[in-house]
Amino acid sequence: MRLAQSAEQEQFAAALHDMLTAADVPGAARRWAAGDRSPGLAIWRGLAGLGVTALAVPEKRGGLGASPVDLVVACEDLGHHALPGPVAESVAAVPGLLTVLIDQELDDQAPDDQAPDDQRPGDQRLGGERPGNEDLCARWLSGLAAGDLIAALALPPRLPYAADADAAGLVLLVEGDVAALAVAGARHQSLDPTRSLFEARGDQVLARGPAVADAATRALNLGTLASAAQLLGAGRALLEASVRHAGQRVQFGQPVGAFQAVKHHLADVAIGLEFARPLLDAAAVAVAAGSTTVPRDVSAAKVACADAAHRAARVALQVHGAIGYTQEHDLSLWLTKVRALIPAWGSQAEHRAVVMAALTGDGEAPCP
Amino acid sequence: MNPDPGDAAREFRAEVRDWLAAHVPAAPLPSVDTAEGFARHREWERELAAARLAVVSWPAEYGGRDASLLEWLVFEDEYHAAAAPVRVGQNGLFLLAPTLFAHGTDEQRGHLLPRMARADDVWAQAWSEPEAGSDLAAIRATAVRTEGGWLLSGQKTWSSRAAFADRAFGLFRSDPGAERHRGLSYLLFDLNAAGVTVRPIRQLGGETGFAEIFLDGVFVPDADVVGAPGDGWRIAMSTASHERGLSLRSPGRFCAAAARLVELWQRAGDPADTAMRDRVADAWIGARAYRLHTFATAARLAAGGSLDAESSLGKVFWSELDVALHETAMDLLGPQAEVRGQPAPDGRWLDGYLFSLAGPIYAGTNEIQRNVIAERLLGLPR
Repeated sequence: MRLAQSAEQEQFAAALHDMLTAADVPGAARRWAAGDRSPGLAIWRGLAGLGVTALAVPEKRGGLGASPVDLVVACEDLGHHALPGPVAESVAAVPGLLTVLIDQELDDQAPDDQAPDDQRPGDQRLGGERPGNEDLCARWLSGLAAGDLIAALALPPRLPYAADADAAGLVLLVEGDVAALAVAGARHQSLDPTRSLFEARGDQVLARGPAVADAATRALNLGTLASAAQLLGAGRALLEASVRHAGQRVQFGQPVGAFQAVKHHLADVAIGLEFARPLLDAAAVAVAAGSTTVPRDVSAAKVACADAAHRAARVALQVHGAIGYTQEHDLSLWLTKVRALIPAWGSQAEHRAVVMAALTGDGEAPCP
Repeated sequence: MNPDPGDAAREFRAEVRDWLAAHVPAAPLPSVDTAEGFARHREWERELAAARLAVVSWPAEYGGRDASLLEWLVFEDEYHAAAAPVRVGQNGLFLLAPTLFAHGTDEQRGHLLPRMARADDVWAQAWSEPEAGSDLAAIRATAVRTEGGWLLSGQKTWSSRAAFADRAFGLFRSDPGAERHRGLSYLLFDLNAAGVTVRPIRQLGGETGFAEIFLDGVFVPDADVVGAPGDGWRIAMSTASHERGLSLRSPGRFCAAAARLVELWQRAGDPADTAMRDRVADAWIGARAYRLHTFATAARLAAGGSLDAESSLGKVFWSELDVALHETAMDLLGPQAEVRGQPAPDGRWLDGYLFSLAGPIYAGTNEIQRNVIAERLLGLPR
């Protein structure tokens, strides 16, 4: 179902899907995992060409100022293709964070003299100037929109690491009521071979105080929404791969997909995905409207999309059998990404707790 | 977000809500599957009909209001939120009526539908047979041609509401030479006609919610054949998605139950029991998903879309949601859960639980639905 998918959104989704299909994303993901970012970054430039990176950037900052509904359409397809890189951060959360920060009071100081050091990737784009923080945020936003800049984000405790900070030209850390430009510290390898996790160290304070809390909330809502969309897309890809495999793989003289045990597993996957989608779409509409139900709706969407993707991944592995348990098979790219994204942006338990907190506040329990 | 069907629906919602607040019996009616309860539910249907609220989506000439599908969903929201009585006429209203609208004659519609709307006739369904359950095409009960009509013989079973209903609709093999889906006819018959024996069956909860029907040369006039003789399978299946999908189980039922479950959790739940809290959350999220999905489906249908194998997705989803929701309530009630005959609101859970257990079985078992999903939606080999 789509609550609000317009003809334009369908065209946009189709164009994005065609671009990614032609781009050999699995090949780029494998190169990315091996440390060669160039094919992956080329795909990211392609995203910019289609406007994906500009969706969450306001028009006056060089972006499209698109609705979160459009963002969800795009992120679902990025998940469908298991695109490597900090998707939810760079396309959704960081634009949201910067947009709120720039409209609030920023520390209007020049960066400290002792920072930044030469290694900091953002420097190239800053051209060695010493602009104020508002200028910085404005430049980053236009850089993100244009696709010249990829952003990573750490926002503990929900987001303890800055994922793919080494591929990002901008690393931000939001901790408590402080938002800072950060440098990437120790690196940890994720279960997802295309995903590197970095400890982030604050380097230059951009803003502090209550404004940061608003910005962090916006970033978490958009990032969680985007990751839920990625999970739904990945789940859909896993179902498609499983149906293809089950139709081709012959055992006992017939395709394994003719066996009822296999059919029923795959039907359950389809049901889970079908009924997660309306929650995702409704959450996007709530975010777009600035509704008071945003925390509840975003968390409900994440719970359902993560559960649906998890089921899709388990069944996909089971239906593929031993070949699915190999790194060689492309299925591994989706299986590991789904497992990594499920707890990212808040665990299932945290999101269920958010839903229940919203339901058990004052007054009657709201009708779903 | 709550899908908003617009100003007209808001007025309609207010009217329905006010009327129900003034008319829904304060204490639940006796079970619909008892003689007394059946009669009380029939009276309730007449009250609804007098307010033109029994069949809002039907044309005005048959007692309805020409309401849109979205308005019907609004009605259902309010109906369930008000904890109004079970619809005793459900089989007729949601299974037979759509079939008559699609395949009946003007005479059949003009005669049968107003009586159905006023519960003058309460209908039972007569699909299943002892050897034809999930494999419905294995039907053996026969319709033999006679002067001016047909003579029905054979046995039907698991006929919902048949213990107390007035009439029944079902499929019969009218061409003895044809097999499986061919040579079946869709026929209507009186449950108190000569040659009909109804044997009520006690269900898991102890009440006679369905029955066996034995037919021995029961005469059915030609006027009570729906569609062409021999075309029964196609006619029955063309509206089967109504039964599986949104018209049988509108989201109102699950939304009302999910809201009550959250209240129960607040009253009876142990805040430290996060596993239980997660189940309550999942039940509420599931009810919301079904509601959003249904409203989107209704909008799609209103725009000319169709509902076919997709209704199987919904049938598995709502029936499993219903069981999970009621199981969660039973676990929250603890030792009180098994006690029968408790007053509302807690007393509703046990009846609802027993009812929910049948959901994965009727209207095509969930295994059959999964086959449909796999073969017709996913394209897996048969």
